[in-house]
Amino acid sequence: MLKVKLDQDKCVSGGQCVFAAPEVFDQRDEDGVAVLLREDVPAELVDGVREAADICPALAITLQEN
Amino acid sequence: MSTDLMTLQNPLPAIPMTRGCPFSPPAEYEQLRQAAEWHKVTVMDGRQIWMVPTYSAVRAVLGDPRFSAERDRPGFPYINQSQKELIKSSPAMVTVDEPLHSQIRRRATYAFTGKRVEALRESTQQLVDSLIDDMLAKGGPLDLVTEFALVIPSTIISGILGVPAEDHQHFHELTNKIFTLTNGPEGVAAGRLGLEAYIRELVLLKVQEPKDDLISRYVTEYLNTGELELEEVVTQIRTLLIAGHETTSSMIALGAAFLMEHPQYREQLRQGDDKIAAGAVEEMLRYLNIMHRGLVRMALEDVEIEGKLIKKGEGVLCALNSANRDAEVFAKPDELDFENPNRNHVAFGFGIHQCLGQGLARMEMQVAFKTLFTRIPDLKIAIPLSEVPFKTDVTVYGVHCLPVTW
Ligand code: HEM
Repeated sequence: MLKVKLDQDKCVSGGQCVFAAPEVFDQRDEDGVAVLLREDVPAELVDGVREAADICPALAITLQEN
Repeated sequence: MSTDLMTLQNPLPAIPMTRGCPFSPPAEYEQLRQAAEWHKVTVMDGRQIWMVPTYSAVRAVLGDPRFSAERDRPGFPYINQSQKELIKSSPAMVTVDEPLHSQIRRRATYAFTGKRVEALRESTQQLVDSLIDDMLAKGGPLDLVTEFALVIPSTIISGILGVPAEDHQHFHELTNKIFTLTNGPEGVAAGRLGLEAYIRELVLLKVQEPKDDLISRYVTEYLNTGELELEEVVTQIRTLLIAGHETTSSMIALGAAFLMEHPQYREQLRQGDDKIAAGAVEEMLRYLNIMHRGLVRMALEDVEIEGKLIKKGEGVLCALNSANRDAEVFAKPDELDFENPNRNHVAFGFGIHQCLGQGLARMEMQVAFKTLFTRIPDLKIAIPLSEVPFKTDVTVYGVHCLPVTW
Protein backbone atom coordinates (compact mmCIF):
# COMPACT_ATOMS: atom_id res chain seq x y z
CA MET A 1 0.00 0.00 0.00
CA LEU A 2 1.14 3.54 -0.71
CA LYS A 3 2.34 5.39 2.39
CA VAL A 4 2.38 9.16 2.64
CA LYS A 5 4.65 11.30 4.81
CA LEU A 6 4.33 14.98 5.61
CA ASP A 7 7.07 17.31 6.87
CA GLN A 8 5.19 20.00 8.78
CA ASP A 9 8.32 22.12 9.21
CA LYS A 10 8.51 22.59 5.46
CA CYS A 11 4.78 23.25 4.96
CA VAL A 12 3.90 26.78 3.77
CA SER A 13 0.12 26.44 4.31
CA GLY A 14 -0.95 26.84 0.71
CA GLY A 15 -3.76 24.37 1.35
CA GLN A 16 -3.56 22.64 -2.02
CA CYS A 17 -3.10 19.15 -0.55
CA VAL A 18 -6.43 19.46 1.25
CA PHE A 19 -8.07 20.33 -2.02
CA ALA A 20 -6.46 17.42 -3.86
CA ALA A 21 -7.08 14.79 -1.16
CA PRO A 22 -9.39 15.99 1.62
CA GLU A 23 -9.62 12.48 3.09
CA VAL A 24 -5.90 12.45 3.72
CA PHE A 25 -4.93 16.06 4.51
CA ASP A 26 -6.35 18.81 6.67
CA GLN A 27 -5.09 22.22 7.81
CA ARG A 28 -4.46 23.39 11.37
CA ASP A 29 -6.82 26.23 12.25
CA GLU A 30 -4.19 28.33 13.99
CA ASP A 31 -1.67 28.58 11.13
CA GLY A 32 -2.89 26.56 8.16
CA VAL A 33 -0.07 24.02 8.45
CA ALA A 34 -1.11 20.72 6.89
CA VAL A 35 -1.89 17.71 9.05
CA LEU A 36 -2.00 14.11 7.94
CA LEU A 37 -5.26 12.29 8.64
CA ARG A 38 -3.91 8.86 7.63
CA GLU A 39 -0.59 7.43 6.51
CA ASP A 40 -1.81 4.49 4.48
CA VAL A 41 -3.44 5.43 1.22
CA PRO A 42 -6.18 3.11 -0.02
CA ALA A 43 -6.39 2.57 -3.78
CA GLU A 44 -9.28 4.97 -4.32
CA LEU A 45 -7.33 7.89 -2.82
CA VAL A 46 -4.03 7.26 -4.59
CA ASP A 47 -4.63 9.69 -7.47
CA GLY A 48 -5.51 12.56 -5.16
CA VAL A 49 -2.51 11.91 -2.92
CA ARG A 50 -0.14 11.73 -5.90
CA GLU A 51 -1.52 15.04 -7.11
CA ALA A 52 -1.07 16.56 -3.65
CA ALA A 53 2.57 15.41 -3.56
CA ASP A 54 3.18 16.77 -7.05
CA ILE A 55 1.69 20.20 -6.48
CA CYS A 56 2.99 20.79 -2.93
CA PRO A 57 5.18 23.86 -3.50
CA ALA A 58 7.29 23.18 -0.43
CA LEU A 59 8.06 19.57 -1.37
CA ALA A 60 6.76 18.62 2.07
CA ILE A 61 4.85 15.50 0.97
CA THR A 62 6.71 12.30 0.15
CA LEU A 63 5.34 8.97 -1.00
CA GLN A 64 6.60 5.47 -0.25
CA GLU A 65 5.49 2.51 -2.30
CA ASN A 66 5.41 -0.72 -0.32
CA MET B 1 4.12 37.60 -35.76
CA SER B 2 6.62 35.06 -34.47
CA THR B 3 10.21 36.13 -34.57
CA ASP B 4 12.62 33.85 -36.37
CA LEU B 5 14.61 31.52 -34.15
CA MET B 6 17.76 32.80 -35.82
CA THR B 7 17.03 36.41 -34.90
CA LEU B 8 16.45 35.91 -31.19
CA GLN B 9 19.33 37.77 -29.57
CA ASN B 10 21.35 36.33 -26.75
CA PRO B 11 21.32 38.13 -24.38
CA LEU B 12 17.80 39.40 -24.98
CA PRO B 13 17.79 43.21 -24.77
CA ALA B 14 14.79 43.22 -22.40
CA ILE B 15 12.12 40.96 -20.90
CA PRO B 16 9.76 40.15 -23.82
CA MET B 17 6.41 41.73 -23.04
CA THR B 18 4.78 42.47 -26.38
CA ARG B 19 2.03 39.96 -26.89
CA GLY B 20 0.82 39.05 -30.36
CA CYS B 21 -2.50 37.84 -28.99
CA PRO B 22 -3.35 39.80 -25.84
CA PHE B 23 -4.29 36.55 -24.08
CA SER B 24 -1.09 34.62 -24.81
CA PRO B 25 2.55 35.15 -23.83
CA PRO B 26 4.90 36.88 -26.30
CA ALA B 27 6.02 34.58 -29.13
CA GLU B 28 9.65 34.65 -27.96
CA TYR B 29 8.92 32.32 -25.08
CA GLU B 30 8.16 29.35 -27.25
CA GLN B 31 11.50 29.81 -28.97
CA LEU B 32 13.27 30.22 -25.65
CA ARG B 33 11.81 26.90 -24.49
CA GLN B 34 12.90 25.16 -27.64
CA ALA B 35 16.39 26.60 -27.98
CA ALA B 36 19.21 24.23 -27.03
CA GLU B 37 20.92 26.90 -24.95
CA TRP B 38 19.35 29.10 -22.35
CA HIS B 39 19.34 32.79 -23.09
CA LYS B 40 20.30 35.64 -20.84
CA VAL B 41 18.19 38.75 -20.56
CA THR B 42 19.26 42.30 -19.77
CA VAL B 43 17.45 43.73 -16.76
CA MET B 44 17.93 46.83 -14.54
CA ASP B 45 21.32 48.48 -14.28
CA GLY B 46 22.52 46.52 -17.32
CA ARG B 47 22.60 43.24 -15.38
CA GLN B 48 22.29 40.06 -17.42
CA ILE B 49 20.49 37.15 -15.86
CA TRP B 50 19.45 33.69 -17.07
CA MET B 51 15.98 33.30 -18.51
CA VAL B 52 14.58 29.98 -17.24
CA PRO B 53 12.04 28.94 -19.87
CA THR B 54 10.74 25.43 -19.17
CA TYR B 55 8.22 24.14 -16.63
CA SER B 56 10.57 21.58 -15.10
CA ALA B 57 13.45 24.05 -14.76
CA VAL B 58 11.21 26.78 -13.32
CA ARG B 59 9.94 24.38 -10.66
CA ALA B 60 13.45 23.11 -10.00
CA VAL B 61 14.77 26.63 -9.38
CA LEU B 62 11.84 27.89 -7.31
CA GLY B 63 11.83 24.74 -5.16
CA ASP B 64 15.57 24.85 -4.44
CA PRO B 65 16.83 26.72 -1.35
CA ARG B 66 20.16 27.33 -3.10
CA PHE B 67 18.29 29.99 -5.06
CA SER B 68 17.61 33.01 -2.89
CA ALA B 69 14.73 35.47 -3.02
CA GLU B 70 16.40 37.73 -0.47
CA ARG B 71 16.55 40.92 -2.43
CA ASP B 72 18.88 42.91 -0.22
CA ARG B 73 21.79 40.51 -0.70
CA PRO B 74 24.69 42.27 -2.42
CA GLY B 75 24.43 41.78 -6.16
CA PHE B 76 20.80 40.70 -6.21
CA PRO B 77 19.37 41.59 -9.66
CA TYR B 78 16.27 43.73 -10.02
CA ILE B 79 13.78 43.74 -12.85
CA ASN B 80 11.63 46.69 -11.73
CA GLN B 81 12.12 49.89 -9.77
CA SER B 82 9.41 48.71 -7.36
CA GLN B 83 11.62 45.79 -6.26
CA LYS B 84 14.44 48.18 -5.38
CA GLU B 85 12.09 50.48 -3.56
CA LEU B 86 10.08 47.99 -1.54
CA ILE B 87 13.11 46.49 0.22
CA LYS B 88 13.87 49.85 1.85
CA SER B 89 11.23 48.99 4.44
CA SER B 90 11.32 46.32 7.10
CA PRO B 91 11.67 42.87 5.38
CA ALA B 92 8.62 41.35 3.68
CA MET B 93 8.02 37.58 3.49
CA VAL B 94 8.34 37.57 -0.27
CA THR B 95 11.86 39.00 -0.21
CA VAL B 96 13.52 36.89 2.50
CA ASP B 97 14.75 33.29 2.74
CA GLU B 98 14.28 30.69 5.47
CA PRO B 99 14.11 30.65 8.41
CA LEU B 100 12.88 34.26 8.56
CA HIS B 101 10.43 33.65 5.71
CA SER B 102 8.42 31.02 7.59
CA GLN B 103 8.39 33.09 10.77
CA ILE B 104 6.83 35.99 8.90
CA ARG B 105 4.51 33.93 6.73
CA ARG B 106 3.08 31.84 9.56
CA ARG B 107 1.78 34.93 11.35
CA ALA B 108 -0.53 35.50 8.37
CA THR B 109 -1.44 32.01 7.16
CA TYR B 110 -4.11 31.76 9.84
CA ALA B 111 -6.42 34.05 7.88
CA PHE B 112 -6.10 32.21 4.55
CA THR B 113 -6.80 28.55 5.33
CA GLY B 114 -9.24 26.64 3.14
CA LYS B 115 -11.92 26.75 5.83
CA ARG B 116 -11.64 30.50 6.42
CA VAL B 117 -11.77 31.13 2.67
CA GLU B 118 -14.87 28.95 2.30
CA ALA B 119 -16.50 30.85 5.15
CA LEU B 120 -16.17 33.99 3.01
CA ARG B 121 -17.84 32.50 -0.06
CA GLU B 122 -21.36 33.54 0.85
CA SER B 123 -20.50 37.17 1.57
CA THR B 124 -18.43 37.22 -1.63
CA GLN B 125 -21.48 35.97 -3.53
CA GLN B 126 -23.60 38.73 -1.99
CA LEU B 127 -21.01 41.33 -2.89
CA VAL B 128 -20.76 40.10 -6.49
CA ASP B 129 -24.55 40.03 -6.82
CA SER B 130 -24.92 43.55 -5.52
CA LEU B 131 -22.24 44.83 -7.93
CA ILE B 132 -24.10 43.20 -10.82
CA ASP B 133 -27.39 44.71 -9.55
CA ASP B 134 -25.72 48.12 -9.69
CA MET B 135 -24.34 47.49 -13.18
CA LEU B 136 -27.74 46.42 -14.47
CA ALA B 137 -29.38 49.47 -12.88
CA LYS B 138 -26.84 51.85 -14.42
CA GLY B 139 -26.84 50.23 -17.85
CA GLY B 140 -23.91 49.90 -20.24
CA PRO B 141 -21.44 50.84 -21.39
CA LEU B 142 -19.44 50.93 -18.18
CA ASP B 143 -15.94 50.05 -17.05
CA LEU B 144 -15.78 46.49 -15.75
CA VAL B 145 -12.51 47.21 -13.91
CA THR B 146 -13.79 49.98 -11.64
CA GLU B 147 -17.34 48.65 -11.30
CA PHE B 148 -16.50 45.01 -10.72
CA ALA B 149 -13.00 43.54 -11.05
CA LEU B 150 -11.24 45.92 -8.68
CA VAL B 151 -14.06 46.14 -6.15
CA ILE B 152 -14.31 42.42 -5.36
CA PRO B 153 -10.75 41.65 -4.18
CA SER B 154 -10.35 45.11 -2.61
CA THR B 155 -13.49 44.67 -0.53
CA ILE B 156 -12.63 41.12 0.53
CA ILE B 157 -9.00 41.79 1.53
CA SER B 158 -10.07 45.01 3.25
CA GLY B 159 -12.63 43.04 5.22
CA ILE B 160 -10.02 40.49 6.30
CA LEU B 161 -7.47 43.15 7.27
CA GLY B 162 -9.89 45.73 8.66
CA VAL B 163 -9.31 48.49 6.09
CA PRO B 164 -12.25 50.94 5.70
CA ALA B 165 -14.07 50.71 2.37
CA GLU B 166 -13.90 54.48 1.81
CA ASP B 167 -10.09 54.23 1.56
CA HIS B 168 -10.03 51.93 -1.50
CA GLN B 169 -9.47 54.70 -4.01
CA HIS B 170 -6.57 56.04 -1.95
CA PHE B 171 -4.69 52.73 -1.70
CA HIS B 172 -5.40 51.87 -5.35
CA GLU B 173 -3.75 55.11 -6.46
CA LEU B 174 -0.71 54.54 -4.25
CA THR B 175 -0.35 50.94 -5.44
CA ASN B 176 -0.48 52.10 -9.08
CA LYS B 177 2.34 54.54 -8.38
CA ILE B 178 4.52 51.70 -7.09
CA PHE B 179 3.94 49.30 -9.97
CA THR B 180 3.75 51.51 -13.04
CA LEU B 181 6.92 50.57 -14.91
CA THR B 182 7.26 53.97 -16.55
CA ASN B 183 7.30 55.72 -13.15
CA GLY B 184 10.74 57.00 -12.17
CA PRO B 185 12.37 56.27 -8.79
CA GLU B 186 10.74 59.32 -7.16
CA GLY B 187 7.24 58.33 -8.24
CA VAL B 188 7.70 54.75 -7.04
CA ALA B 189 9.15 55.98 -3.73
CA ALA B 190 6.23 58.36 -3.25
CA GLY B 191 3.86 55.43 -3.74
CA ARG B 192 5.60 53.27 -1.14
CA LEU B 193 5.95 56.06 1.42
CA GLY B 194 2.34 57.11 0.95
CA LEU B 195 1.01 53.60 1.30
CA GLU B 196 3.10 52.89 4.38
CA ALA B 197 2.08 56.18 6.01
CA TYR B 198 -1.54 55.28 5.41
CA ILE B 199 -1.11 51.77 6.86
CA ARG B 200 0.89 53.07 9.85
CA GLU B 201 -1.98 55.38 10.73
CA LEU B 202 -4.45 52.54 10.42
CA VAL B 203 -2.38 50.25 12.65
CA LEU B 204 -2.19 52.99 15.28
CA LEU B 205 -5.96 53.36 15.13
CA LYS B 206 -6.32 49.64 15.87
CA VAL B 207 -3.97 50.08 18.82
CA GLN B 208 -6.51 52.53 20.24
CA GLU B 209 -9.49 50.43 19.30
CA PRO B 210 -8.84 46.81 18.31
CA LYS B 211 -11.54 45.12 16.24
CA ASP B 212 -12.11 41.60 14.98
CA ASP B 213 -9.75 41.77 11.99
CA LEU B 214 -6.23 40.74 10.97
CA ILE B 215 -4.57 44.11 11.64
CA SER B 216 -5.99 44.05 15.18
CA ARG B 217 -4.66 40.52 15.60
CA TYR B 218 -1.18 41.74 14.62
CA VAL B 219 -1.56 44.55 17.16
CA THR B 220 -2.73 42.44 20.09
CA GLU B 221 -0.63 39.34 19.49
CA TYR B 222 2.60 40.72 18.06
CA LEU B 223 2.88 44.49 18.53
CA ASN B 224 1.59 44.80 22.09
CA THR B 225 3.64 41.78 23.17
CA GLY B 226 6.84 43.27 21.74
CA GLU B 227 7.28 40.39 19.27
CA LEU B 228 7.11 42.83 16.33
CA GLU B 229 8.00 46.49 15.87
CA LEU B 230 5.49 48.88 14.34
CA GLU B 231 7.40 49.00 11.05
CA GLU B 232 7.40 45.22 10.78
CA VAL B 233 3.64 45.17 11.14
CA VAL B 234 3.34 47.93 8.53
CA THR B 235 5.33 45.89 5.98
CA GLN B 236 3.35 42.71 6.57
CA ILE B 237 0.04 44.51 6.14
CA ARG B 238 1.38 46.32 3.07
CA THR B 239 2.26 42.96 1.49
CA LEU B 240 -1.19 41.53 2.12
CA LEU B 241 -3.05 44.64 1.03
CA ILE B 242 -1.13 44.98 -2.27
CA ALA B 243 -1.02 41.27 -3.10
CA GLY B 244 -4.64 40.85 -2.08
CA HIS B 245 -6.16 43.24 -4.59
CA GLU B 246 -3.78 43.99 -7.47
CA THR B 247 -3.34 40.50 -8.92
CA THR B 248 -6.85 39.17 -8.44
CA SER B 249 -8.48 42.24 -9.96
CA SER B 250 -6.23 41.89 -13.01
CA MET B 251 -7.20 38.24 -13.38
CA ILE B 252 -10.92 38.97 -13.06
CA ALA B 253 -10.83 41.71 -15.71
CA LEU B 254 -8.51 39.87 -18.09
CA GLY B 255 -10.40 36.59 -17.62
CA ALA B 256 -13.72 38.33 -18.32
CA ALA B 257 -12.26 39.88 -21.48
CA PHE B 258 -11.02 36.46 -22.57
CA LEU B 259 -14.41 34.84 -21.96
CA MET B 260 -16.25 37.59 -23.84
CA GLU B 261 -13.96 37.06 -26.82
CA HIS B 262 -14.28 33.25 -26.68
CA PRO B 263 -18.00 32.36 -26.60
CA GLN B 264 -17.38 28.59 -26.57
CA TYR B 265 -15.57 28.85 -23.24
CA ARG B 266 -18.05 31.38 -21.88
CA GLU B 267 -20.97 29.04 -22.66
CA GLN B 268 -19.20 26.11 -21.09
CA LEU B 269 -18.73 28.10 -17.91
CA ARG B 270 -22.31 29.39 -17.94
CA GLN B 271 -23.87 25.99 -18.41
CA GLY B 272 -21.47 24.10 -16.16
CA ASP B 273 -21.62 23.46 -12.43
CA ASP B 274 -19.31 24.74 -9.69
CA LYS B 275 -16.69 22.18 -10.66
CA ILE B 276 -16.54 23.62 -14.16
CA ALA B 277 -16.25 27.12 -12.70
CA ALA B 278 -13.30 25.95 -10.60
CA GLY B 279 -11.75 24.31 -13.66
CA ALA B 280 -12.25 27.48 -15.68
CA VAL B 281 -10.40 29.52 -13.06
CA GLU B 282 -7.52 27.05 -12.96
CA GLU B 283 -7.14 26.98 -16.71
CA MET B 284 -7.40 30.75 -17.10
CA LEU B 285 -4.72 31.20 -14.44
CA ARG B 286 -2.47 28.90 -16.42
CA TYR B 287 -3.34 30.32 -19.81
CA LEU B 288 -3.46 34.08 -19.21
CA ASN B 289 -0.36 34.52 -17.04
CA ILE B 290 -0.70 37.91 -15.44
CA MET B 291 2.73 37.63 -13.74
CA HIS B 292 4.22 38.40 -17.13
CA ARG B 293 7.66 39.51 -15.95
CA GLY B 294 8.45 36.32 -14.07
CA LEU B 295 10.13 35.72 -10.70
CA VAL B 296 13.77 36.55 -9.93
CA ARG B 297 16.16 34.50 -7.79
CA MET B 298 19.94 34.54 -7.22
CA ALA B 299 22.16 31.44 -6.96
CA LEU B 300 23.91 31.19 -3.56
CA GLU B 301 26.33 28.58 -4.91
CA ASP B 302 27.06 26.90 -8.25
CA VAL B 303 23.98 24.88 -9.19
CA GLU B 304 23.33 22.66 -12.18
CA ILE B 305 19.76 22.63 -13.43
CA GLU B 306 19.05 20.18 -16.24
CA GLY B 307 22.62 20.28 -17.44
CA LYS B 308 22.87 24.09 -17.33
CA LEU B 309 25.39 25.51 -14.87
CA ILE B 310 24.29 28.57 -12.96
CA LYS B 311 27.22 30.09 -11.13
CA LYS B 312 27.19 31.45 -7.61
CA GLY B 313 25.94 35.03 -7.63
CA GLU B 314 24.20 34.77 -11.01
CA GLY B 315 20.60 35.78 -11.34
CA VAL B 316 17.75 33.80 -12.89
CA LEU B 317 14.36 34.88 -14.17
CA CYS B 318 11.76 32.12 -13.91
CA ALA B 319 9.36 32.71 -16.80
CA LEU B 320 6.05 31.52 -15.32
CA ASN B 321 4.19 32.42 -18.51
CA SER B 322 6.50 30.19 -20.54
CA ALA B 323 6.37 27.30 -18.06
CA ASN B 324 2.59 27.34 -18.13
CA ARG B 325 2.52 26.73 -21.90
CA ASP B 326 5.19 24.02 -21.91
CA ALA B 327 4.04 21.16 -24.15
CA GLU B 328 6.36 18.77 -22.32
CA VAL B 329 3.95 18.93 -19.38
CA PHE B 330 0.61 20.12 -20.70
CA ALA B 331 -0.87 17.93 -23.42
CA LYS B 332 -2.63 20.83 -25.15
CA PRO B 333 -0.97 23.92 -23.69
CA ASP B 334 -2.76 26.39 -25.96
CA GLU B 335 -6.26 25.14 -25.23
CA LEU B 336 -8.31 25.36 -22.06
CA ASP B 337 -9.91 22.27 -20.56
CA PHE B 338 -12.45 23.26 -17.92
CA GLU B 339 -13.40 19.63 -17.28
CA ASN B 340 -9.91 18.34 -16.64
CA PRO B 341 -8.00 21.42 -15.59
CA ASN B 342 -4.23 21.42 -15.12
CA ARG B 343 -3.83 22.17 -11.44
CA ASN B 344 -0.06 21.79 -11.56
CA HIS B 345 0.48 25.19 -13.22
CA VAL B 346 2.86 27.76 -11.74
CA ALA B 347 0.65 30.87 -12.02
CA PHE B 348 0.97 31.22 -8.24
CA GLY B 349 4.70 30.49 -8.32
CA PHE B 350 6.34 27.45 -6.73
CA GLY B 351 8.51 26.76 -3.70
CA ILE B 352 8.22 28.33 -0.28
CA HIS B 353 6.98 31.66 -1.63
CA GLN B 354 4.07 30.17 -3.56
CA CYS B 355 1.10 32.47 -3.20
CA LEU B 356 -0.34 32.66 0.29
CA GLY B 357 -3.66 33.99 -1.00
CA GLN B 358 -4.22 31.42 -3.74
CA GLY B 359 -7.26 29.81 -2.10
CA LEU B 360 -8.83 33.21 -1.58
CA ALA B 361 -8.06 34.32 -5.13
CA ARG B 362 -9.57 31.12 -6.56
CA MET B 363 -12.76 31.50 -4.55
CA GLU B 364 -13.19 35.16 -5.56
CA MET B 365 -12.65 34.35 -9.24
CA GLN B 366 -15.00 31.35 -9.21
CA VAL B 367 -17.82 33.44 -7.80
CA ALA B 368 -17.03 36.44 -10.01
CA PHE B 369 -16.88 34.68 -13.41
CA LYS B 370 -19.74 32.29 -12.80
CA THR B 371 -22.12 34.95 -11.51
CA LEU B 372 -21.17 37.58 -14.08
CA PHE B 373 -21.81 35.39 -17.10
CA THR B 374 -24.85 33.67 -15.62
CA ARG B 375 -26.57 36.95 -14.83
CA ILE B 376 -25.41 38.88 -17.92
CA PRO B 377 -24.99 36.16 -20.57
CA ASP B 378 -24.63 38.58 -23.46
CA LEU B 379 -22.01 40.78 -21.83
CA LYS B 380 -19.58 42.07 -24.44
CA ILE B 381 -16.64 44.41 -24.82
CA ALA B 382 -17.98 47.77 -25.97
CA ILE B 383 -14.94 48.72 -28.07
CA PRO B 384 -12.84 46.78 -30.60
CA LEU B 385 -10.40 44.42 -28.86
CA SER B 386 -7.52 46.24 -30.52
CA GLU B 387 -8.49 49.41 -28.63
CA VAL B 388 -8.55 47.81 -25.19
CA PRO B 389 -5.63 49.25 -23.16
CA PHE B 390 -3.76 46.18 -21.96
CA LYS B 391 -1.36 46.64 -19.04
CA THR B 392 1.93 46.11 -20.82
CA ASP B 393 3.42 48.91 -18.69
CA VAL B 394 2.68 47.47 -15.24
CA THR B 395 4.41 44.65 -13.33
CA VAL B 396 1.15 42.68 -13.29
CA TYR B 397 -0.53 42.25 -16.69
CA GLY B 398 -4.23 42.97 -17.17
CA VAL B 399 -6.34 45.80 -18.58
CA HIS B 400 -6.33 49.44 -17.52
CA CYS B 401 -10.03 49.65 -18.21
CA LEU B 402 -12.59 47.48 -19.97
CA PRO B 403 -15.71 49.16 -21.35
CA VAL B 404 -18.50 46.57 -21.49
CA THR B 405 -22.12 46.59 -22.50
CA TRP B 406 -24.97 44.06 -23.00
C1 HEM C 1 -4.94 35.75 -9.27
C2 HEM C 1 -4.44 36.20 -8.19
C3 HEM C 1 -3.02 36.03 -7.72
C4 HEM C 1 -1.89 35.66 -8.41
C5 HEM C 1 -1.75 35.31 -9.88
C6 HEM C 1 -0.81 35.65 -7.45
C7 HEM C 1 0.49 35.30 -7.74
C8 HEM C 1 1.51 35.17 -6.82
C9 HEM C 1 2.84 34.70 -7.13
C10 HEM C 1 3.35 34.27 -8.49
C11 HEM C 1 3.56 34.71 -5.97
C12 HEM C 1 5.01 34.25 -5.78
C13 HEM C 1 5.98 35.40 -5.67
C14 HEM C 1 7.42 34.92 -5.57
O1 HEM C 1 7.70 33.72 -5.47
O2 HEM C 1 8.34 35.77 -5.62
C15 HEM C 1 2.67 35.21 -4.93
C16 HEM C 1 3.03 35.39 -3.63
C17 HEM C 1 2.19 35.92 -2.67
N1 HEM C 1 0.85 36.21 -2.80
FE1 HEM C 1 -0.25 36.03 -4.47
N2 HEM C 1 -1.29 36.02 -6.21
C18 HEM C 1 -2.64 36.25 -6.34
C19 HEM C 1 -3.52 36.64 -5.33
C20 HEM C 1 -3.16 36.85 -4.02
C21 HEM C 1 -4.09 37.21 -2.97
C22 HEM C 1 -5.59 37.37 -3.10
C23 HEM C 1 -3.35 37.36 -1.84
C24 HEM C 1 -3.95 37.71 -0.51
C25 HEM C 1 -3.39 38.16 0.52
C26 HEM C 1 -1.96 37.08 -2.18
C27 HEM C 1 -0.88 37.12 -1.30
C28 HEM C 1 0.40 36.72 -1.60
C29 HEM C 1 1.49 36.75 -0.64
C30 HEM C 1 1.44 37.23 0.80
C31 HEM C 1 2.63 36.26 -1.31
C32 HEM C 1 4.05 36.08 -0.75
C33 HEM C 1 4.19 34.70 -0.19
C34 HEM C 1 5.58 34.37 0.32
O3 HEM C 1 6.54 35.05 -0.02
O4 HEM C 1 5.69 33.41 1.10
N3 HEM C 1 -1.90 36.78 -3.51
N4 HEM C 1 1.43 35.46 -5.47
